Amino acid sequence: MTQVPARRTWVVVASLTLALFLTILPMPVWGQDFRPQWVALTLIYWCLALPARIGIFWAWGAGLVLDVTTGTVLGQHALSLSVVAWLTLQLHQRLRIFPLLQQSISVWVLLLVERLLALWVMGATGQPTPTLWYWMPTIVGVLLWPWVFHVLRDLRRHLGVA
Amino acid sequence: MVAALLAIGLIVADHRYRHLDLFRSTLSVVVFPLHYLASLPDTLGRLMEGRLAREEELRARNEALRRENLVLAARLQQLEALEAENMRLRDLLGSAFKLGDRVLIAELMSVDLDPYRQQVLINKGAGSGVYLGQPVLDANAVMGQVVRVNPLSATVLLITDADHLLPVQVNRNGLRTVAAGTGYVNRLELPHLPKNADVQVGDLLVTSGLGGRFPSGYPVARVTEIRRESGEPFATVVAVPTARLDRTREVLLVWTLPTGSLNQALTDRARESPPEIVP
Repeated sequence: MTQVPARRTWVVVASLTLALFLTILPMPVWGQDFRPQWVALTLIYWCLALPARIGIFWAWGAGLVLDVTTGTVLGQHALSLSVVAWLTLQLHQRLRIFPLLQQSISVWVLLLVERLLALWVMGATGQPTPTLWYWMPTIVGVLLWPWVFHVLRDLRRHLGVA
Repeated sequence: MVAALLAIGLIVADHRYRHLDLFRSTLSVVVFPLHYLASLPDTLGRLMEGRLAREEELRARNEALRRENLVLAARLQQLEALEAENMRLRDLLGSAFKLGDRVLIAELMSVDLDPYRQQVLINKGAGSGVYLGQPVLDANAVMGQVVRVNPLSATVLLITDADHLLPVQVNRNGLRTVAAGTGYVNRLELPHLPKNADVQVGDLLVTSGLGGRFPSGYPVARVTEIRRESGEPFATVVAVPTARLDRTREVLLVWTLPTGSLNQALTDRARESPPEIVP
């Protein structure tokens, strides 16, 4: 990349902001257990698509903003998202060529890791252990993954983000 | 790895030592537009509801409000006389008693924060004089206290959060205890009450003012369940908050007046005004 085409970092920022927005959008009480981890999904996609540019420190920053937005302990999401980004970067060459089903299962594992780390932090800071519904967002998230993947890929190709 | 270590460091610094409040409140200004945007549909919806309400409905509501106002005004007349008398008696006894709370009404911002914490965001912040640890009430009872102040908004920890403890006393007999949050909305527990403690189902719990944070005498919760199991050292007492924690829109922020201006407020109040409300 010698002449440096338009890098269009703002697309990444905009998609992450949208994910953040979806995270705090008010939902009826019954729906709150089904809210997928939007920020984690978006980050996983960008780590897959642009592994050279989007990585752990993006995840860390996004996690920090997510912590401030949702009022959790500072660093909770920063920790879990940076670990997820690191895992994605390790696996990205394999994940990219996986068929959709296999890819979704891998993404599910990544989402579970994110939840597990958050649970550890909650436990370490003295929060009560949530019920099994705590894991529901990962399932919703993985069901949404093919859609997120296609939308973001089309967006990326359309806007020529490289 | 570095990022993970940094994050863990942050968690420790924030949770154990609260060093990062300034950093957090700076960042929160950045995300404030996001919070605002997310609560916008709800605000618009309420606005439209007001515009589109039918006339008879409005008239009925108006009528009900007027009736309620009349009843309240009648009670208030009595209250002021009683309050003045109470203060005089307390003066004679020489006991310090805080009265004359200044009140500010704030609105909840309808955004979903972390679903595993019991906290809400309100639309008044340091700009309006909100301070850390400030008590927050709704029309019925105590809701919680301010735990984070940002320039434009503030986070309120509800009394049902697992991190929250509130000194209370049983209104019937003055028994002092502590109400602990459980992490579930609509559920408080009174830990470490001996089995023979004089608590009954239906007892009203009010703030005792012992913690120094909350003014005393505000209702908190009503006891709904008492289990005295043999083999357990303490009784299990469950109470339901009287504040409608999951339904209120407006909350009251309370300033307790310093003792200096207390006498001033007292003499003023005995003559004329209802509690000062700054809209």
